[in-house]
Amino acid sequence: MSGTPSPAVQQRSYLWQDGTLRSWLLTRDHKRIGLLYLGSITAFFVLGSIGAALVRLQLLEPTGAILSDATYNRMFTMHGVVMVWLFLVPSIPVTLGNFLVPLMLGARDLAFPRLNLLSWYLFVASGLLVVYGLFRGGLETGWTFYTPLSSEYTQGRVLPVVLGVFLNGFSSIATGVNFIVSIHQLRAPGMTWYRLPLMLWALYATSVIFVLATPVLAITLLLLAFEHLFRVGVFDPTLGGDPLLFQQLFWFYSHPAVYIMILPGMGVVSEIVSTFSHKPVFGYRFVAWSSVSIAAIGFIVWGHHMFVAGTSLYSAIVFSMFSFFVSVPSAIKVFNWLGTMHGGSIRLDAPMLYAMGFIGLFTVGGLTGLFLASLASDVHLTQTYFVVAHFHYIMVGGMVSAYFGGLHYWWPKITGRMYPEIWGRVAAALIFFGFNLTFFPQFILGYEGMPRRYATYPAQFQVLNVLSSAGAGILAVAYLLPLIYFTWSLFRGAQAPDNPWGATGLEWQTASPPPVENFAETPVVTTDAYDYAARDGRADAARVDEGAPHA
Amino acid sequence: MTWLPEASAHAMRIDILLTGLVIISLAVLGLVFGLMLLNVLRFRAGRTTVADHVAARHKSWGFEIAWTSATLAIFFGLFLWATQLYVVGFRPPAGAIQIYVTGKQWMWKVQYPGGQREINALHVPVGRPVQLLLTSEDVIHDFSIPVLRIKHDVLPGRYQSLWFTADRTGSFRFYCTQFCGLAHSRMTGMLTILNAADYAGWLNSTPATGSLVQTGEALFIRNGCSGCHASSRYAPDATDTSRAPSVVGLYGSRVTLADGHAVVADAAFLHDAIVDPPRRSGASYATEMPSFRGVLAEDDLAALVAYLQTLSPSIPQDAGSSSNAAGAGN
Repeated sequence: MSGTPSPAVQQRSYLWQDGTLRSWLLTRDHKRIGLLYLGSITAFFVLGSIGAALVRLQLLEPTGAILSDATYNRMFTMHGVVMVWLFLVPSIPVTLGNFLVPLMLGARDLAFPRLNLLSWYLFVASGLLVVYGLFRGGLETGWTFYTPLSSEYTQGRVLPVVLGVFLNGFSSIATGVNFIVSIHQLRAPGMTWYRLPLMLWALYATSVIFVLATPVLAITLLLLAFEHLFRVGVFDPTLGGDPLLFQQLFWFYSHPAVYIMILPGMGVVSEIVSTFSHKPVFGYRFVAWSSVSIAAIGFIVWGHHMFVAGTSLYSAIVFSMFSFFVSVPSAIKVFNWLGTMHGGSIRLDAPMLYAMGFIGLFTVGGLTGLFLASLASDVHLTQTYFVVAHFHYIMVGGMVSAYFGGLHYWWPKITGRMYPEIWGRVAAALIFFGFNLTFFPQFILGYEGMPRRYATYPAQFQVLNVLSSAGAGILAVAYLLPLIYFTWSLFRGAQAPDNPWGATGLEWQTASPPPVENFAETPVVTTDAYDYAARDGRADAARVDEGAPHA
Repeated sequence: MTWLPEASAHAMRIDILLTGLVIISLAVLGLVFGLMLLNVLRFRAGRTTVADHVAARHKSWGFEIAWTSATLAIFFGLFLWATQLYVVGFRPPAGAIQIYVTGKQWMWKVQYPGGQREINALHVPVGRPVQLLLTSEDVIHDFSIPVLRIKHDVLPGRYQSLWFTADRTGSFRFYCTQFCGLAHSRMTGMLTILNAADYAGWLNSTPATGSLVQTGEALFIRNGCSGCHASSRYAPDATDTSRAPSVVGLYGSRVTLADGHAVVADAAFLHDAIVDPPRRSGASYATEMPSFRGVLAEDDLAALVAYLQTLSPSIPQDAGSSSNAAGAGN
């Protein structure tokens, strides 16, 4: 099966038509821009992981194993800033989203191809600014930039980093606008809203948050820069400002940003679970609207980051209640995925293993979120390792699992090559194990009272910290595996058929890899998404048993 | 590694809440992982025929309503349970021992009513309510005492309050849990909970330079407060409010501010009013009070707040402090 693709495929494929560097850097093809993003965020993922690795190495010893306090503080700041803004927030939307939105819609490209390319350049510029700030001088405020620490007391390079994150926001907004307009305007004939793949509902909800929340972050960071540069009193109490105002504004963006990170993951999981159960998504409309309600309710829960910050009792009670509400649509999704699997014809290929990992780990993250939405227990657990474990279960256990699942699932479509299935499954299992070993002990550490962002700690916490660091070692190896075999598959992987998983989406009806214009002629949609009966009927009208149409 | 002790009845109630949350979580996790496993075992590709998809679609409404309302009901119960345990934190009992805690990069300064001071250490008696009045001289810190299951952020320029009644003796660590710069992880200290006799002994054996109230009274004169604010002893007339409102009976009273809303003048109000004088509703005084931000250090502010409280004799004061604080005025 392996070897170079046939000349006919090569000629039409977006990958091979005009291979000059210039054609890649000036491309307006959403598929190529998706790949440019894939390369950039992979680089940032590696950088952020190095920060995490150093943090975990340091915490092997109570007195700090390898770093000074100052370097440790810079490393966890780098890890947070890089992972949040240069990996997690863009991740699925700009890579898989860019690649898939037009394909899933049956369109030739996104609505604004030039804006799409601009967003990548903004992203790269913002990344370079952030990296410059982090390495020339370093920053030690944590990714949250709380004032007055960040405005008056830090010696680090707060300005370039803040400006980098500011620029990054414009890249997010450009992507969001592009997706919203495309989904409204570029749907193929017959593609009604309720025929859209759930991935697109999720990306639509994400885009709304991009467009509405990101400007608030931009304003906040500008105010911070003004205070830092010109000593205008906004947040600093000695200048007449209010330090809590910064937190209110910051979390008004940064809590919805959590849903920016997780919603696309949920979209990917809906696609994968349906495909590998060979069955329509159970409760399609509930899953679709739960994405929208998560995005909506997500805007009114930011105050739960401030239950011990000194806000009023009434605001705490209201935000606690909304925080419980926002977890209801997430629970709906989990139950519907389980309902989708029930009565299906389940195959456990690597994407499905990642998706099931997502469901399990996201559920742990969601349930531990209840501990933090509950006011009285939040007081004890917040700002400890419990919180660190909680959001890593959502962000890494959930979101990164979905991202890897999605990469494996669409890899054949993106590259025209199959990844080695055995290694895919090994990596998925190893990530699940390494992840739990890393982060589960941190729940206990947090309950025991170990504060986060500590370069040194009392000796009683060492055993759990060593376990956590050991898990991080396994996780590092597990994340390297896909990097290796994906690269290998580009050259040696088996030729991918157009629809290796027997899936229903429009993206599977075109060639792997797709031609530049995506579809030879505009597809016409006549069935619901995930209508396997219709698809199988076309494929083999005589088949009664729907088991395993393996590629 | 030992399990985290509970050093107050509140800590025990929090642990019961956490146990409830853990039980609910384990039940849901059991359900999710159990169903996932069952599905994988029963419905592996090639083993079964696919169920009737059309029928499944019709059934879905019933399931959706069932699990959505079950989730909502459980969440609402948890919300009520956790909220009533949180509300108590906002209601310190009258007569609690008031201890002033000031955070600065990277240490905790502690002042007792009797004038004792210490750094990175806090001594309290068992069985009596203690109220910590927290503030910061620089960035935001957070005072966290895991054995009591409480913490609160410590903000520059204003007071925050944290209260507890410890119910067992022993030494336990407290932490700064809001990242505050270079030596954040070294900003910890020991909480020592003593029985009544040992606490009295500790107060007596710890050097003190005048009680907080005495210090505060001296500051009240030296900084010119007594020139405008009527107080029982230093203004010509305790009721002369031509230049400024009287501070007699101010502590614990309701004050209506210029923006219309009324607040109870507690310790935090007194502190914040000195640093950032508020406008009262309908007030017209000959002079306007200047801000004392940067003029008075936090330990002076603590003394002033302690003194002003003694001018409201009807409000129960901390009885314990008077043993070592001659002339406390109550």
